Amino acid sequence: MNDMTPTREQREAKLEGMGCKRKRVEDIRFTQGRGNYVDDVKLPGMLHGDFVRSPHAHARVKSINSEEALKVPGVLAVITAETLKTVNLAWMPTLAGDVQMVLADGKVLFQNQEVAFVVATDRYAADDGINKVVVEYEALPPLMDPFKAMDPDAPVLREDLAGKTSGAHGPRKHHNHIFEWVVGDKDLTDAAFRNAEVSIKEMISYHRTHPSPLETCQCVCSFDKIKGELSIWGTFQAPHVIRTVVALIAKIPEHKIHVIAPDIGGGFGNKVGAYPGYICAAVASIVTGKPVKWVEDRIENLTATSFARDYHMTTEIAATKEGKVTGLRVHVLADHGAFDACADPSKWPAGFFNIVTGSYDFPTAHLSVDGVYTNKAPGGVAYRCSFRVTEAAYCIERGMDILAQKLGMDPAELRLKNFIKAEQFPYHSALGWEYDSGDYHTAMRKMMEAVDYAGLRKEQVEKRAAFKRGETREIMGLGVSFFTEIVGAGPSKNCDILGIAMFDSCEIRMHPTGAGIARVGSKSQGQGHETTWAQIIATEIGIPADDIMVEEGNTDTAPYGLGTYGSRSTPVAGAAIAMAARKIKAKAQMIAAYKLEVHEGDLEWDIDGFRVKGLPEKSMSMKDICWAAYNSVAPGMEPGLEAVSYYDPPNMTYPFGAYICVMNIDVDTGVYKVRRFYALDDCGTRINPMIIEGQVHGGLTEAFAIAMGQEIRYDDEGNVVTGSFMDFFIPTAVETPHWETDFTVTPSPHHPIGAKGVGESPNVGGVPAFSNAVNDAFSFLGSTHIQMPHDFWRNWRAAKNLGVFAA
Amino acid sequence: MIPGPFSYHRPATVADAIKLLSDLGDDARPLAGGHSLVPMMKLRLATPEHLIDLHGIDGLKGIRRDGANIVIGAMTTQHDLLASSEIAGSLPILHETALLIADPQVRYRGTLGGNVANGDPGNDMPALMLTLGASYRLEGASGVRDIAASEFYQGAYFTALEPGEILTSILIPVPAAGHGHAYEKLKRKVGDYATAAAAVMLTKANGKVATCAIGLTNLSETPLSADAAAKLVIGTSLDDATLKNAAAAASAIMSPAADARGPVEYRKHVGGIMVMRALQRAFAKAA
Ligand SMILES: Cc1cc2nc3c(=O)[nH]c(=O)nc-3n(C[C@H](O)[C@H](O)[C@H](O)COP(=O)(O)OP(=O)(O)OC[C@H]3O[C@@H](n4cnc5c(N)ncnc54)[C@H](O)[C@@H]3O)c2cc1C
Repeated sequence: MNDMTPTREQREAKLEGMGCKRKRVEDIRFTQGRGNYVDDVKLPGMLHGDFVRSPHAHARVKSINSEEALKVPGVLAVITAETLKTVNLAWMPTLAGDVQMVLADGKVLFQNQEVAFVVATDRYAADDGINKVVVEYEALPPLMDPFKAMDPDAPVLREDLAGKTSGAHGPRKHHNHIFEWVVGDKDLTDAAFRNAEVSIKEMISYHRTHPSPLETCQCVCSFDKIKGELSIWGTFQAPHVIRTVVALIAKIPEHKIHVIAPDIGGGFGNKVGAYPGYICAAVASIVTGKPVKWVEDRIENLTATSFARDYHMTTEIAATKEGKVTGLRVHVLADHGAFDACADPSKWPAGFFNIVTGSYDFPTAHLSVDGVYTNKAPGGVAYRCSFRVTEAAYCIERGMDILAQKLGMDPAELRLKNFIKAEQFPYHSALGWEYDSGDYHTAMRKMMEAVDYAGLRKEQVEKRAAFKRGETREIMGLGVSFFTEIVGAGPSKNCDILGIAMFDSCEIRMHPTGAGIARVGSKSQGQGHETTWAQIIATEIGIPADDIMVEEGNTDTAPYGLGTYGSRSTPVAGAAIAMAARKIKAKAQMIAAYKLEVHEGDLEWDIDGFRVKGLPEKSMSMKDICWAAYNSVAPGMEPGLEAVSYYDPPNMTYPFGAYICVMNIDVDTGVYKVRRFYALDDCGTRINPMIIEGQVHGGLTEAFAIAMGQEIRYDDEGNVVTGSFMDFFIPTAVETPHWETDFTVTPSPHHPIGAKGVGESPNVGGVPAFSNAVNDAFSFLGSTHIQMPHDFWRNWRAAKNLGVFAA
Repeated sequence: MIPGPFSYHRPATVADAIKLLSDLGDDARPLAGGHSLVPMMKLRLATPEHLIDLHGIDGLKGIRRDGANIVIGAMTTQHDLLASSEIAGSLPILHETALLIADPQVRYRGTLGGNVANGDPGNDMPALMLTLGASYRLEGASGVRDIAASEFYQGAYFTALEPGEILTSILIPVPAAGHGHAYEKLKRKVGDYATAAAAVMLTKANGKVATCAIGLTNLSETPLSADAAAKLVIGTSLDDATLKNAAAAASAIMSPAADARGPVEYRKHVGGIMVMRALQRAFAKAA
């Protein structure tokens, strides 16, 4: 060996494979303004469309007059439901098995609902046109309170469903009822409560909020009449699904539809579904023969495209005096707005809410969910979470704190007492999931040590005494949250979207010089797939990550995949990538054996190539194997080096984490200060620790926003009162707390590289940590549960209701 | 979020601007930093057909001392205020308040003239101007007039500015040396307008409050001068009871709107808290 021969460590480092804090390759273009987003797509002759929207939450549309609008210079067409009916597109199917109006058909059912689509030569003319469309409404009583939706005399919202006693998910009990979903053993659970020594019951609401990505929803549709082909550039988290949906509803052959999702500026679930804007832009392009762009503005995004949460969870826990949980009963009233446009796997009307038993060993549980219609925007998407897992985590983590309070027990101690033990995995939960792996006690204890939990509790005791003596106006809260996620949808046995199994895919093509391209069915919206996917391949096949180009989002070139949401990319697409890489490696081994003139079985893998067992100097690098693949493969072997893998996961993955928030609240103003936030995440094998940290920071910031003020709120008339960033809370760097991150590693036993997904954990685990901190702060004044969001005035109101200002 | 059609004018002198405004009438609006006007236009809540941009006019910008007054040109930005050693030295409360307005991007564009002329109850400068006893110079086709800030505000977005008039400068009497000052602002986040804010200017004699002025932001349709509250603290050393009384007197004149920042009761309550905190901080600072 001469001095120039790289050491094993150097060879390993050169790959920048799994475990490396590789810098994000996509950031070079993003930080220099060279990204290519939908709004950057500018086609010759392109037109612009924009919506006339309803000022009413509930009204009959008496007439729409477009005459004056059509006189506005530049306005070419005004599309209404009547126009859409000629192509059978006035309504569209939703992912949840409901139908949704594309444009108001006889009625409007929420404020800012799409009423007409004005197409013009530029965006200004389109907006001028909007202001000239005259719509005559007859106002109807709005139904805003989900708890009143099933009153006998509640207004009928969905006249199109008249007489339909069952929907996509079974029987309907009322004209505003969508579905009832029941899981678990009712009799056993009832018995657990009958025999309970201690029990709690609380209605825990998770308010309506919105994913609000930086880039709003948008598309450019271009129909080529000669070829009969439709090209769509759009902000799609799941471009292949969009292509299939378009093929099914627009009756254009699927191979003639080209869906391209270019760079996306954040999705968080907002960009999974299909929106009226897409349909209208496509129809407008077909009608005018020109490309048509639709770009949502911020107010439209917040008020009309998919909201998240709005779950009202009546939660009961049964336990022994010693604090061992014996049963869980939850009833959810789910407010879906005017149409059920939830983006869940089709068979799951309430997503994976049945993960609500959380990290605890509940012997029995019973869950029922009722979905109802109200005069609010449709949606119910998974805002940075796997299908209703955030709601479930909030429900159980608040519930456990309430139980601890009732028992007079420390909330951390109660959790430690009830955790599923490491040796119980794989664990079958009372509501039907098989948790793949976990080590909850270790994670919890690590968190408690890291923050000196006992010391913090001691300080809290002192602070409370000082408050009672009138020496301070500040109260202190500790918010413990221990969450179990369920991500990686999902196994074909239980997950599909409109009948398409939720696999994912990867195609790798190695070039002769040892570089290659990987095309993947997922679609990054900022997650950094171009960086991390290459790292998986680097480790698997020994080619530097820098030499692998990752491409996603073009349905003509990428293999069919179900896209990116629900933290599914690493669990599903990540597995497909590893499996495709292993196919490459298997063929590479055959090529190396032939070239080294040994039997395949005599070769062993060594970082970046194969070597002969016992003869380490006899080796062939992967780079050389790539070359050989194109010029000197064994007789009878096909040349080339590429592979495709479609991965149907055997199970979900179950990331978990232990979080704690330390907060002070000034009772006079309700102003809070997050003193400390510590987040320990276990996402199994860690592909890129820097990206994980970034994901955790982002998710915690969103969790902070949601818990502490971010909401979509309506007044009694159905007006959205938080429809812009003035009132919809997006924290800046100034408000955002400092995040401390930590980890343990419990690899997934069934995933090819043991990874579990992390993007959404911080949102799922963060919200209960903040809310528990606020609730914990107020608990010594006699409160059990204060609803989110915990913004300043509501904290003040809580203090006031607890008698803090009584003379 | 797309404004209606308008035409754009960029006069080079105040006289030209005034002429344009009087020729074009109600359909014309002066444009300063545009940070209030342009958002309104994007929502089509304002639809001026003509914008008269004041940026081309030399002499509408700048800060100078004129005897016992500091004169600030209407087009002076909040950033300019922060960068000025004159302001930092003799009007530190103006520096403090400017720093509480939004973020650097907004402050680079937003002007003092636009902020006080707009009549938006959420703007911080108007209440401060009341507290400082400032007056505004208005120029129009019929000449020049000075008006006290306390006479200027008539309702939300409704001021004494006559059609065709431009606010050209703001005149602020230099406060006494050794005065105490504080601007206390409660807001939900950077970039938000005040949930409640209070400005306090006071002087001390023999350890007691000698003079005091209190201004209130976003607690009514117009900025408020809390005169009764200010009177209450004179001659006291701000004991707890006095502070509470002052807060109560200030709350009595507040009539905020309920909005996403909180219900009326909350905003009045924290308005009182802001008054107490501003009084305490100003008192501690006064020599
Ligand atoms: C995100 C954001 C946050 C903000 N937060 C705050 C805050 O917390 N506190 C605060 O005080 N301000 C705040 N502002 C307002 C900002 O600081 C500006 O002061 C304000 O927009 C007005 O100044 P402008 O120069 O932008 O005026 P413009 O928007 O150009 O004009 C405002 C109005 O005044 C009229 N006008 C302007 N100049 C004159 C003049 N010389 N004579 C006659 N009429 C005139 C215009 O015709 C218009 O009607 C915020 C703005 C933004 C965008």
